[in-house]
Amino acid sequence: MNLRLSLKNGQWKRHLLLLVSSVVMMYPVFWWVGASLKTNSEMGSPSLFPSVPQWSNYISGWTAIPNYSFTHFYMSTFELVFGVVLLTLVSCSLVAFGFARLDFPLKNIWFALVLVTLMLPSQVTLVPQYVMFNAFGWVDTYLPFWVPSSLGVGVGGSFFIFLLVQFIRGIPRELDESAKIDGCSYFGIYWRIVLPLTKPALVTVGIYAFLWNWDDFFGHLIYINSIDKYTVQLALRLFMDTQSAMEWGQMLAMSLISILPAVIIFLFAQRHFVEGIASTGIKG
Amino acid sequence: MNAQHSPASQAETRRARQSFRSKIKERWESPVAGYLFISPWLIGFLVLTLWPMILSAYYSFTDYSLLEAPNWIGTKNYSLIFTNDSLFAQSLKVTLLFVVLSVPLKLISALLVAMLLNKDIKGMSTYRLFIYFPSLIGTSIAVAILWRNMFGADGFINQIIGFFGIQGISWINNPETALSTLVILVVWQFGSSMVIFLAGLKQISRDLYEASSVDGASKLKQFFNITLPMLSPIILFNLVLQTINSFQMFTQAFIITQGGPVNSTYMYALYLYDRAFGRLQMGYASSLAWILLIIIGIATAIIFLSSRYWVFYEHERKGKA
Repeated sequence: MNLRLSLKNGQWKRHLLLLVSSVVMMYPVFWWVGASLKTNSEMGSPSLFPSVPQWSNYISGWTAIPNYSFTHFYMSTFELVFGVVLLTLVSCSLVAFGFARLDFPLKNIWFALVLVTLMLPSQVTLVPQYVMFNAFGWVDTYLPFWVPSSLGVGVGGSFFIFLLVQFIRGIPRELDESAKIDGCSYFGIYWRIVLPLTKPALVTVGIYAFLWNWDDFFGHLIYINSIDKYTVQLALRLFMDTQSAMEWGQMLAMSLISILPAVIIFLFAQRHFVEGIASTGIKG
Repeated sequence: MNAQHSPASQAETRRARQSFRSKIKERWESPVAGYLFISPWLIGFLVLTLWPMILSAYYSFTDYSLLEAPNWIGTKNYSLIFTNDSLFAQSLKVTLLFVVLSVPLKLISALLVAMLLNKDIKGMSTYRLFIYFPSLIGTSIAVAILWRNMFGADGFINQIIGFFGIQGISWINNPETALSTLVILVVWQFGSSMVIFLAGLKQISRDLYEASSVDGASKLKQFFNITLPMLSPIILFNLVLQTINSFQMFTQAFIITQGGPVNSTYMYALYLYDRAFGRLQMGYASSLAWILLIIIGIATAIIFLSSRYWVFYEHERKGKA
C-alpha cells in the first residue's frame, strides 16, 4: 500500500498523531545535538542549531578532566562491561539450561526464587554486599561487577535467566533426545545443541547486559573510587562537578558521545530489542 | 460406586497415564547434573542475595557504622525513623508523590501510543524507532545532564514558553516544579512499556473487533469493552514493574536536582545512600532498606489484590462459557 492510498483510507489522522509524538519525543535529542555545538553564551538563544558550530566542544571536552582523557574512561568502561557481558552469557545460559531441560528436587522452589529476586529492590542487599566486598578488598576494582555476573546475579541476572528459560523451553526436544541416545553428555547437549539454537536469545541478553551495565551509575558510584578506574558515567559526573563555570557545550558533547554505543547497538539490532522486551511478560 | 469401570473414567486414567508419561519424557530426571548447571545461580543467590538479606535484617537492629563492629540496639533505629526523622518523612512523601504521578502518566502514554502504532501503515518502524529512542538512553548520566540543561534558566523549555511571551524560571531550582521535571523525564521514557503493550495488542484477535463492529459498537466502546480487558494482564505486569522501579528512583534525582531544592526531590533511595555512604551509618541505612522493601511489598500486594477486580484472564472466560 503506498502512502497516498493509506492517507486516503483515513489513515492521515494516525500519521499526524504519530508524527507529533515522534517530534515531541525526538525534539530534546535534536536540542541536545544542537546545544553540544553551541557556546555558553549562545545556550539561551532560541535557535536549535548555532550560527557557527563549535566542534571544539568535542575536542576540548575530551581532555577536559586533568591528567585523563576520555579515551582512558572508555577503555575502562569497555573492560568492565565486556567482562560482565561475557560472564553473564556463560552463567545465565548454563543456569537456564538446567531449569529448562533437567529435573531435580526443589527445582520449582529455586525457579520461583529466581522470579522473586527479579522483583527484589537492590537496596536490601546493598549494605551487606558492600561490607562483604569491602572486606575482600574488592572495592575500587571491577570484581564487584564481574563476580556477581559470573554467578548470574549481576545487573539483570534473574531477568536474563528467566528470558533464556522461556526461550529454551520453546526449542523442540527431538534433537537433544537423539543426541542423548547417541550417548551425548548433558554438557554436550547444552554446548553442541541447545546453545547454538539459543543464539537469538543470547544476542538479546548480551545487548541488554551491555546497555544496563553501561548505564549503571549507582554500582559504579559505590564501588569505584579512584579516577584511574572511573567509568564514563563517573567521569561525566566528575566533569559536571569540577567545572566552576559550567561548560555546557562541552558537557553535552561528552554526554552525547557516551550514548553512542547504545545507539549504534540499537540501530543494528532493533529486532532483538523489541522481541526481547516483548517475550518477557507476554508468555505464561 | 463402581466408577472404575465406566468408560469415561477409563479414558480419564488413560489420559492421566499418558500425561504422566509425557511429563517424564519432557525433562530428564537428573539431580546431580541439574544442580551442577544451576550451581552458579544457586551460589550467587545464597551468598550474594539471601545471606546479605539476613545480614541486612540483623544490621537494621544495630548501630553498625562500617568503622566499628555492630552493637545490638534493638528497635532503636526503627523507632527513631518513625518518630524523630523528618528526612525520612520527607523522602517518603516525595517518593510516593513521584510514584503516584509518574507511573500512571507513563503507562497511559505508553498505551495510547502503542494503540497508534498497532496498525500496518507505512513508516511504522520509523515512528517506533523515534518513539522508543528516549528509553534507550534510560538512566544514564548523559540524559540527566541534558535534563539539567533543558530545564535550567537558559534551557530549551524556557525558550519554548518564551515564544509565547511567558517569563521562564529555573525549573530545577524551584521547589514547586523540580519534582515535575523528574516526572516528565521518566514519562518521556515510556518506550519499553509501550513495546510490551504493543506485543499484547497484537495478540488480541481481530475477530473480537469485527464482531462488535457488526453489533454497532463505537470505537470508544470497543476500547473499554475489548482492548482494556484483553490487555489487562499486561497492564498489571507493566504496573507492577514500573511501580517497583519508580520507588527506587536514584540516578536522575542524584544528578539533576541532588534532592533539592529544599528537599523537594529528595527520593528515598537518595536518603538511604546518604545515610549509608555519606554518614557510614550502615545499621540505620539497613533499617531504611527494610522499610522500603516492606513499602514496595505492600504496594505490590495492593496492586495484585485489586487486580482480581480489573484483570481479565481469557481462560476464565472460556471456563465460564
